[in-house]
Amino acid sequence: MMTKYDRVLLAREKERPTAGNYISNLVTHFVEMHGDRRYGDDRAVIAGIGLLEDEAVTLIGIEKGHDTKEKIECNFGSAHPEGYRKALRQMKLAEKFHRPVICIIDTAGAYCGIGAEERGEGQAIAENLMEMMMLKTPVISIVIGEGGSGGALALAVADEVWMLSNAYYSVVSPESCANILWKDTNKAAQAADALKLTATDLLEMSVIERIVEEPRQYQYDIQNDIFYGNLKKDLLGKIQALESLDVEQLLENRYEKYRKIGRNNRVTI
Amino acid sequence: MNLRGLFKSADNVLEGSPNKNDGTGKTEEKSYVYECPNCKSMLTRQGVREHDYSCPECDYYFHISARKRILMYADSKSFDELMAGVESENIIGFPEYDQKLLDARKKSGEKEGVVCGRITIGKMPCCIFSMDANFMMGSMGTVVGEKITALFEYATRQQLPVIGVTVSGGARMQEGMLSLLQMAKVSGAVKKHSDAGLLYVVLMTNPTTGGVEASFAMEGDIILAEPNALIGFAGPRVIQQTLKKKLPKGFQRSEALLKCGFVDDIVRRIEQREYLEQLLLLHGGRAQ
Repeated sequence: MMTKYDRVLLAREKERPTAGNYISNLVTHFVEMHGDRRYGDDRAVIAGIGLLEDEAVTLIGIEKGHDTKEKIECNFGSAHPEGYRKALRQMKLAEKFHRPVICIIDTAGAYCGIGAEERGEGQAIAENLMEMMMLKTPVISIVIGEGGSGGALALAVADEVWMLSNAYYSVVSPESCANILWKDTNKAAQAADALKLTATDLLEMSVIERIVEEPRQYQYDIQNDIFYGNLKKDLLGKIQALESLDVEQLLENRYEKYRKIGRNNRVTI
Repeated sequence: MNLRGLFKSADNVLEGSPNKNDGTGKTEEKSYVYECPNCKSMLTRQGVREHDYSCPECDYYFHISARKRILMYADSKSFDELMAGVESENIIGFPEYDQKLLDARKKSGEKEGVVCGRITIGKMPCCIFSMDANFMMGSMGTVVGEKITALFEYATRQQLPVIGVTVSGGARMQEGMLSLLQMAKVSGAVKKHSDAGLLYVVLMTNPTTGGVEASFAMEGDIILAEPNALIGFAGPRVIQQTLKKKLPKGFQRSEALLKCGFVDDIVRRIEQREYLEQLLLLHGGRAQ
């Protein structure tokens, strides 16, 4: 029986496909766009446009990289504020051209650093939360590996949030949680249990809408075509359903989805 | 002669149940003498209170509760509390959380980490929320998120501005993802309030970090900060551990944020009430 912490470790497996792999397997004619038009180009975030079958979609992914060189280039998948602003810029373009948005999330968290703070990491995340809530086009976010706190949420205010069966999505990493509460990072497994951070837990709590089953646990290569083919089909189906709603209804549903999280019936004014 | 230790610690003297000093006990207050932890001046409780809970000599800021903060800004008797009495439950069954909630209620004298309501400032009506550092370090769980969201929805319906005073360590771990998602939930309500053309003023106090900083604290039309408040997404200790080097002096303090362009102004505590009144006036506030 796999523990919750086993899944956290699987979510961090070096061999797992990254956001870039998903993009190249899901769409054709992909054109990557760079920069936030404010300060720089954050390589931790890949953003661009591609064809999902015959539907043009905007794709935004947090990339961890494969080899050492790539990993350093994309800062191990921890984005600076420029990354979130680059994502938002592409989302606003998607809204303008009526393209659905697919966000692919795999991050231990937004980057903790001097420059990131000085350029407003918190402000960049906050702006994404506000803007994504009212973005006038369908948004689907998929957590493919790590869903690390605010850095993940900044791309996960969506009509639907999906998770891979071995991904995790958490308010805090189990190690930090164990350190803060029990001053002992060795109790990470206990913290993982307490945090309820697996796809199954979060589906039950209505934090996510769908679990994407991983082929034979984490041996992606064997059944690549089937895995990505199914995912593409599911995405297309959901996009069509979301596009059939008028925009007001789409936004109302999105707002209500978050509005009911932790709703307390005793709060009335 | 060393007088230190003969007097009660200033912070302790100012603590206690929120409304204990209102009305009665004035004579007792005058007799209290204690020293400022910063400049060591001898202070009276009344003197400090009249100086909006800062030291009249050196401007040292005493810790104040969410409720005192609201009363400090509100016209006399204008505070009408909303959603009082809502309490959190251990919604994901997190270990030791029940006890922590009990301790926090005792320590703060509040049911939860945010106090919300309606007030008037200079007779101009507005909604206000004020977070309490004594309630699990102002952390945001589902009740805090729900109360602030409901306040923004109420303010939108009533066409009222919102003033928010933040102090927080971020999202509350003990409620897992449900607390993280409060960042999105509150942001949605802020956005609707904003799209309705209404004013939202944030005043960040020491400390405002994590998921609160990365959501509604940074979403104000006007963002103010108390002097020298720690404001940031990641805590300085975490950054120091990550980078393994000393952080620059004044890093993540209000003054640094002003320089980087993330706050509109730094406002001394003694000037805040008047400042807020002026902002309401400039945004079409009409005396009731």
